[in-house]
Order: sequence, then C-alpha cells, then structure tokens
Amino acid sequence: MALQDAARPGGSERASWFYDPKVRGIVFQLVLLAVLALCLWWIVDNTIENLRRSNISTGFAFLRGRSGFDISDRLIDYSSDSTYGRALVVGMLNTVLVAASGIVTATILGFLIGVLRLSNNWLLRKLATVYVEIFRNIPPLLVIFFLYVGVLSLLPLPRDSYVLPFGSYLNSRGFYFPRFVWGDGSWLVAAGLGLGVVFSYFVARWARARQMATGQQFPVFRTSVLLILGLPLLGLAAAGFPLTIDFPQAGTFNMTGGFNVKPEFMSLYLALSIYTAAFIAEIVRAGIQGVPRGQTEAYSALGLRPRQGMRLVVIPQAMRIIIPPLTSQYLNLTKNSSLAVAIGFPDLYAIGGTILNQTGQAIEIVVIFGVIYLSISLLTSLFMNWFNAKMALRER
Amino acid sequence: MQEHDISWVRTEMALAQSAPRSEVGPAAWLRQNLFSTPVNAALTVLALLFVAWLLPQVLNWALFSAVWTGADRTACLNAEQGGPLPSGWSGACWAFVGAKFGQFMVGRYPVDERWRIYLTAVLFVVLLAPLLIPRAPFKRLNAILFFAVFPFVAFWLLLGGFLGLSYVETPLWGGLLVTLVISYVGIVTSLPLGVLLALGRRSKMPAVKLLSVVFIETVRGVPLVVVLFMASFMLPLFVPPGMSFDKLLRALIGVALFSSAYMAEVIRGGLQAIPKGQYEGADSLGLGYWQKMGLIVMPQALKLVIPGIVNTFIGMFKDTSLVLIISMFDLLGIVKQNLADSNWATPQTAKSGLIFAAVVFWIFCFGMSRYSQYMERRLDTGYRR
Amino acid sequence: MKKIFTGVLALGALGAAAGVASAGTLDDVKAKGFIQCGVNTSLSGFSAPDDKGEWKGLDVDFCRAVAAAVFGDGTKVKFTPLSAKDRFTALQSGEVDILSRNTTWTINRDTALGFNFAGVTYYDGQGFMINSKKLPGINSALQLSGASICVQSGTTTELNLADYFSANKMEYNPVVFEKFEEANAAYDAGRCDAYTTDQSGLYSVRLQTSSPDDHVVLPEIISKEPLGPAVRQGDDQWFDIVKWTYYALLDTEEAGITQANVEEMKNSANPDIKRMLGTEAETKIGTDLGLGNDWVVNIIKATGNYGEIFERNVGSGSPLKIARGINALWTKGGLQYGMPIR
Repeated sequence: MALQDAARPGGSERASWFYDPKVRGIVFQLVLLAVLALCLWWIVDNTIENLRRSNISTGFAFLRGRSGFDISDRLIDYSSDSTYGRALVVGMLNTVLVAASGIVTATILGFLIGVLRLSNNWLLRKLATVYVEIFRNIPPLLVIFFLYVGVLSLLPLPRDSYVLPFGSYLNSRGFYFPRFVWGDGSWLVAAGLGLGVVFSYFVARWARARQMATGQQFPVFRTSVLLILGLPLLGLAAAGFPLTIDFPQAGTFNMTGGFNVKPEFMSLYLALSIYTAAFIAEIVRAGIQGVPRGQTEAYSALGLRPRQGMRLVVIPQAMRIIIPPLTSQYLNLTKNSSLAVAIGFPDLYAIGGTILNQTGQAIEIVVIFGVIYLSISLLTSLFMNWFNAKMALRER
Repeated sequence: MQEHDISWVRTEMALAQSAPRSEVGPAAWLRQNLFSTPVNAALTVLALLFVAWLLPQVLNWALFSAVWTGADRTACLNAEQGGPLPSGWSGACWAFVGAKFGQFMVGRYPVDERWRIYLTAVLFVVLLAPLLIPRAPFKRLNAILFFAVFPFVAFWLLLGGFLGLSYVETPLWGGLLVTLVISYVGIVTSLPLGVLLALGRRSKMPAVKLLSVVFIETVRGVPLVVVLFMASFMLPLFVPPGMSFDKLLRALIGVALFSSAYMAEVIRGGLQAIPKGQYEGADSLGLGYWQKMGLIVMPQALKLVIPGIVNTFIGMFKDTSLVLIISMFDLLGIVKQNLADSNWATPQTAKSGLIFAAVVFWIFCFGMSRYSQYMERRLDTGYRR
Repeated sequence: MKKIFTGVLALGALGAAAGVASAGTLDDVKAKGFIQCGVNTSLSGFSAPDDKGEWKGLDVDFCRAVAAAVFGDGTKVKFTPLSAKDRFTALQSGEVDILSRNTTWTINRDTALGFNFAGVTYYDGQGFMINSKKLPGINSALQLSGASICVQSGTTTELNLADYFSANKMEYNPVVFEKFEEANAAYDAGRCDAYTTDQSGLYSVRLQTSSPDDHVVLPEIISKEPLGPAVRQGDDQWFDIVKWTYYALLDTEEAGITQANVEEMKNSANPDIKRMLGTEAETKIGTDLGLGNDWVVNIIKATGNYGEIFERNVGSGSPLKIARGINALWTKGGLQYGMPIR
C-alpha cells in the first residue's frame, strides 16, 4: 500500500472524475439509452422496410372495416356486418366475463378448500390436499382440454337432453335455462335493487357506529338480505309483475329460446376456476396459518366461540397475508383466459387472431392486445390494492 | 380437623399411568380425527361415500378395464362401436399411448439418431442429481458443468450438423424433448436475466430503473400466448429481410423474456429482505457495486427466495405447453396432434392421451415442488420456534 | 469504458449492415439450398405427413415441382405446417418462400396482404357435411337453419358461411376453431350439426371421422374457392418461376408428357414439345427464367404432370376419389388452362 501511495505523484485529494460514481452513472445511462435507441431504430427501420416490401398498410383505419364473420358468444349486438373494432369489443367483453366469473368461483372454491386443508377432519384434510396437489401440478391448458373433451363426450345430443328442474336442459350444445323477459315498468325493480343496496350500506354504517358507541350489535347481514331482495320484489309487485319467462324449447337442431351457456364457455370457466382454486387454497391456508397462535388463544380467553373467533379475529388478520398473492392469482387467471383459443371460445386473443388473419395488421393487433390486457391487469391490481389498503392494519 | 404429617415427601417417581382408553388406539384416533362433532361425522360419511363412489370407477377405468396392447383403434372399441370388447365397456386405451410412446417422447426425431437424445438425457441426470443433493461434493465444478458446459454439449448432440453428427432440424423435434429443452433454456437464461432486471429495478439510476420497470410490468401484464405470438410473428418483421429465425428459437426467446420478468420480481423480493446494514457493511469494506452485489447481497437474497425461484420454474415448465398454440409440438401438442389420427380414433383415445400427458407433467412438477419444500426446510434454520 | 464504446461501434455497424438490400428470393433459396414451403398441418390429399413422416399431397407436390425446377431435385424442399391463422404472417415475414396451403385467391389477399397468387391448382367450392345417421331427412343446406356449424377461423369459409346464412335469412351458431384438427374432432364428437369447408376438404375430413360412411356432403356449393400457391409481392422473378411451374405442369399434361415418357419425349420432333423440354437449339426459355433449360424435364421427373399429381393425391389413385370435374384441362371441358411456353 505504501509503495502504491508513493507511486502516485501529487497524491491529489480528489479522485479523477473518471472514478466519480455520479459521473459514471450518468455516462452508463447515456450509453445504455444510446444502445437502446440504436436497437429500436434498427428494428423500426427493418419493420418499415419489411412492411413496405410486402405492401402492407399501417395504422388503425382497418378497425372501421366490415368484419364479415359471425361470433356466437356475445354480450352486445354483433353481426357479420359489424366492424372489426366492434368484434374486438365483443372479444374483450368475453375475456372480462370469463375472467370475472372465474375469479368469483375460484375464490369461493379456493377459500373452501383452503379451510378444509386445515380442518380437524382427517379425511377432508387429505381430500383437499389431493385436490391441491393434482391441480397445482398440471398445466391449465391440459385442464381446459380435459374438461372440454369430458363435457363433449359425457353430454348427450340435443334430442336426448338431460332435463333439469325449472325448465333447464343440459346437452352437448350447452346448458339451457329460462330467461326473464322484462316488460314495461321493470325500472321499478332496478330502482328497488339500487335502493336496497344503498340502504344496506347506510344500515351497516349506522350499526357499526352504534356498536362502537354502545357495544350493542345489530343483525346487519339479515337486514341487508331482506332489503336487497325485498325492495326489488316490492317494485315488481308495484309494477304488476311485468315479467315473462322465455323457456328453452327443442328446435330442429338445437334448443331455441332461453339462455344458452355454450360448452366452450363452460369448460373454460370451470377449468380456470378449478385450476386457480388450487392456488388460492394454498394461499388461504398459508394466510390462516400465518396468524400467530396467540391470537387464537386470546380469543378463546375472551370467551369467543371458534366460529366467531375465526370470523372476527383470525380471518381479518389472515386477509392481510392473503390479499397480495391473491391479486397475482387473479391476474394469472385473467391472463390464462387467453387459452380460450385452444377450444374455440371467442375471447380477445382468438378474435384478434382472426382479424389479424384477414387484415394482416400484425403490429397493430399486438399493440391492441398489449393495451387491453395491460389495462385489465392494471384495473384488477388497482382494485385489489384499494381493497388491501382497506384491510390493512389500522393503528390507533 | 386432624393434623397430618406434612413432612412426608415422596422419594420415588409415581408410576406412569397409561393414557385413558378413550385417548389412545385406533378408536380414539377415529373419534378425534373423523367423528369429533356430529357435523364432522356427517361430513366424514359424505366424504367416504364420495371416495367409495369415485375411486372404484377411476381404478376400474385406468387399470382393471384398460386395454394395454393393440395394433389399432379396433382394440379399444366395444361391441356397440364395432370392436371386440364386451358391450358397455369403458376403459383407458393405453394401447394408443404405447403405440405413440416414441413420438410423445421425442417427436419425429429420426429413429437412428435417437441415441443422441438418450445420451443427452443421461448426461443431464448425471449432472443434475449431485447438484440437487446438498451433501455431494464439487458443487462449483458441477454447477459450471451443468450451466455452462452442458448447454453446448446438448446443443451439439441434439442439433448436430458439425463434428461428425448429422443435422437434425428442429421441426422434427417434438414431445417431451421440446418441453424439456424449452424449460431448461428458460431456466438457465431467466435466472441471470432476472437478476439483472431485479438489480435494474432497484438501481438508483433513473433511466435503468425506468427501463426495467417498464419491461417487467409490460411482460407480466400480458399473457404468455401474446408474448409467444410476438416472438413468433413479429420477430421476423424486426430483422432484415432474408435473416430468419428457427421456430423453436423464437419460442425460446419468448419463454426466456417472459420468465425473466417473473424471476426478476421473485429476486426483487429477496433483495428487499436484505437489511440495509448488509449494503452499508459492504460499502464500508470498500467493495464496488458488482462486488457488493455478487459477494454480499445476492448470495443472501437468492438463498431467501429459493422456493419462489423453484415455483417460477414449475410455472415455466407448465407454461411450455402453450407453445402448442403457435403450432409447435411439445408433449401436450404432440398428444393433441395424435388424437386426430384416424387409426386410433375411439371414444377413449382423447381421455387416455390427455391423462398420460397430465401424469407426465404432474410427475415433473410434483417432484420440483417437493424438492423446493425440502430445500425450504433445510435453509429455514433461523425462524423455527 | 473502451469496451462499451467498441460495443456501440459494433452495434452501429450492425445497424448499417441492415441497410444493405437483400437479394431476391431465388438467390436466397439457392444460397440456402432448399425451398421452404408452407403447407396445411394435416389435410389428407393436399398436405399431410404419412406414417413415416413424409409429406404427401397435391399442395406438397406443387412445392416439389418448384424445387425440381430450381434445383433439378424435387427433394430439396422443406415443409412448414401452418394453421390458417399463421399462414399469412409466415409468408409475409419470409419464414416460407411459397405458401401452398389450399389458400383461396381473393382480392384482399392479393392487395392488402401483399401476396401474388401464381395460379389455381385446384378449383373448389365451399360445401357442408352432416352426419346422416344423427340427422336423417336433411338433404339440403337450406334446411340448416338453427344448426350449430363447425368452421375454422380466419378462412374465407368462415366469411362465406356468414354471408350465405344472412343472404338466405337463416340463423346459425358458428362454432369456430383455430385448428383444422380441433374443428374435426369437435364435429366428430357431436358438438356441431354440420361441418363446412371446401368440398375437397370435406371428403378428406370424412375419411378422418370415426365412421366415414355415416357422413354425407350436401349438394350445395356456396362459394368459389380457387385454391392456389401464393408468394410475396415485389419479387417478380420468383413469382414468374412459381407461376410458370404451374403452367408447365398443365402444358405437359396437355402435350401428353408424363413421368414415364419424359425421356423419350426429349427426342420428339414436335416443336412445341422441344421448346417445352428445352431441347430446341439455342433455347433461352429456362435461362430467362433464371433456371436451367431442362427445368420442365426436372419438374416432370420429380412429380409428373398436373393430371398425374391430381390422380395420385386426390383422384382415383387416392382414398378421396374426387373426380376431375372443373379441374380437368380446358380441352376436356375443365378450367385448367396453361399459358403457352413459347
């Protein structure tokens, strides 16, 4: 060391700017940006050249073109005369529908199995473990295929449909059930529902405030159910029951009328729910186990029964552990809904692919995919973050 | 009140009494674990009925009634469908799986060259096994061989085209071979890329941080099929005309990009768990950035997130099945393709083929998850109560 | 620091190199030594791998004919199986040199997608197939109102189907699959009442169902489906080669030149045949095309003429047993008309 010091002439106080981490950082970033810009320029240049060579137009004008193809599962009006843009909206709504219904079912199933994993009943515990270990370890695509093949091979042709209660039928073309057709004055029902929800909210707030102040409890749940179900019914009666029921009937080929859930949707929705439920079950188990044992002992000491203790003490604390990983499972389920393409359910990815095939606008379609999937993911995360913040530990 | 002699002290231990009859033995176990409350008892009975209903059917279908050998579809048809089996028969058609086994494993890889795959597989196992056993010696050499040397040897063995091996083009590859190649490459490339991205995301340089965040969040926000779609269809548009990529290579690029974004988030979790003192300690020793990260922070962070890394691997292994959507034939893809073979079209073929694929995937994933749990227990020394 | 700068320089050089224009497809193909040909994943008669993994079919043979014209060797071709959805991007991006995948020639594909169709190797039309055992009494497509119909996505078939049903004021449920095999499997499993695709395809699908005799093809043909090979726009030389390979296949059939007699025919005194087979003195026909003068001889040796290809793959020599019909030569009342090689 001494030798080195001696060798440095002058022994300046400040090191050369070359060794200043700040300068180095800036230079490194500039170089990185330059390299990236070069790459980007190279890619853009090649792409333009390639597109020019094969005479492909660019831009989003194609979205206004007539699509020409039909889509069977749709939530909004659509026909082959509609535009490509509308077809994409149909696909996006289908993706959202499958994702939303899958999330609800997966959550319910997942919580149930997660709780069973901790049950003191040995047999149920083992069954839940078997379920989790099977579905966590096979690809979701396989589950989808398997359910689709299973659904198609188990269900009969329309003419020998399974007849279910309430005028519903089940056959290889899907699940048919009666549809309510609302007549004049139905707005009263909707208004009743809206009022029910609003009232329930205020009742819950009032009950909480009262409990904080006096310690008295109020049956909020029962009141809310009564309000939310009762008010619409009241509205229905007031409007003079403007309700007809459209029952499915056997047609030449398929059933006509009623509401039809197609086998593609059924198998995709069930597969995604079953698959994701296995992961949610593990998250729930870890969450409940993550609540220190002392909490259980404490609520027993306070004289709460296990069920009450679970609901009031353990679950609220477990939720804080559960929500972040739960969010990423919801995102995974949404993204896995793009596997619909493998069994012919017209989700965003499938319809985008068809449009790409007709118009050749590969780059625009990928941009649309990116924007829509990112927005769905972002909205889900935002909602879950809000929920998480609500559930977070509030220290007083 | 009578006075007792309280000076008496017991000098020998009382004989241990056996536990009450109601607390030991099978009966007690049954009572505690299955019939503790009426509700529990009812649930147990229901579950038992469910198992009794399901298990015989499954066993019967998969084992007792299954067809194990046969030359074509007629072997798996019952009397109503025009086959030799009794009417009403329903069972697995393992004969189909047997007939297609070679294809399921390696695709249309030429039969005369298949020894190359087997050799690669043996090398893989020989190198991997000691790496997984914590007590096996020569870890460093082993890791170098497995992660740095093996890829080149495997590349030469599988693809060939130089050093005396004939060239086997990748469209001929298929089945489990493709599944394993994609997962292996994904694992080997995503780890270093993930480390770089995670460091980038925690970097103090705004440009580096921004780029890492944008990349990670974009890739994590879209489904893998979209990434594969991009790699498959857009990549050729990005390069000069005439330059072309192999289809397998495109899938590999897609999977590597996708998994590195997930890996980055797992590793970031580990980095966040390292106390600030460790960074400051490294700084005070005068270590540079890469020394600090490589010698102090990363070894601790990676150790913390081993379970997360293995979970990402499992996810990636399962995700390889999605390459089927861009018309590549991994294990699931080739099973699906063979289901269309009219020589084997029976009502049982699809179920048998898919279940076979499921079992193979399950064995690999279950094995990995068990190993991760084992490692977790081994490494988790500090927090046990 | 130095390292980084060299890296930047290298990248810059790479960027500059990108500016160099690429050679034409013919030169690319010659340089790599084979033609990359996009075909259907599995449509027996047109392109499907046989038990040994060898590609067979009419579309496949066309690619072999082009390979024979270019290299004098019909085996110098590699096949990329493509789904309906992949096929156009694969051709646009240069992944394949020819798309010979029972693709319908439409104006949209010619203009907006940037392709050139070299000819029509098979005149087809869209039809419907039903399971007559499950649906007795249906013998016209006009009775299909309310039916579920299996169709492959991203095809002209899907569009024609929509037009046909709306023109006839009928309702239907489209069940759309991305892959041909999946649509077949779903139809076979009873997911749909009817299956629609090009008629040639229906015959091929029928063979793949579990009980081919139960299925009937309905008589209606609802569209024109001229199927032919396509290449990228903007490379006229390559377009000419593919186009004239097709004409050569037709002209040789018309002149009676077959795989068996092509060697004898070389000695023919007929000036037309001499011109075609490149035995005319001082001929420049082949070299003007960028090929050898014996290009037609090579084609016929590799695959035979159009008639031979047709009969072997989809006609009487195949399980499909499709009649020549409008695919006969113009001299026999069909539409196949080869431009003169002169």
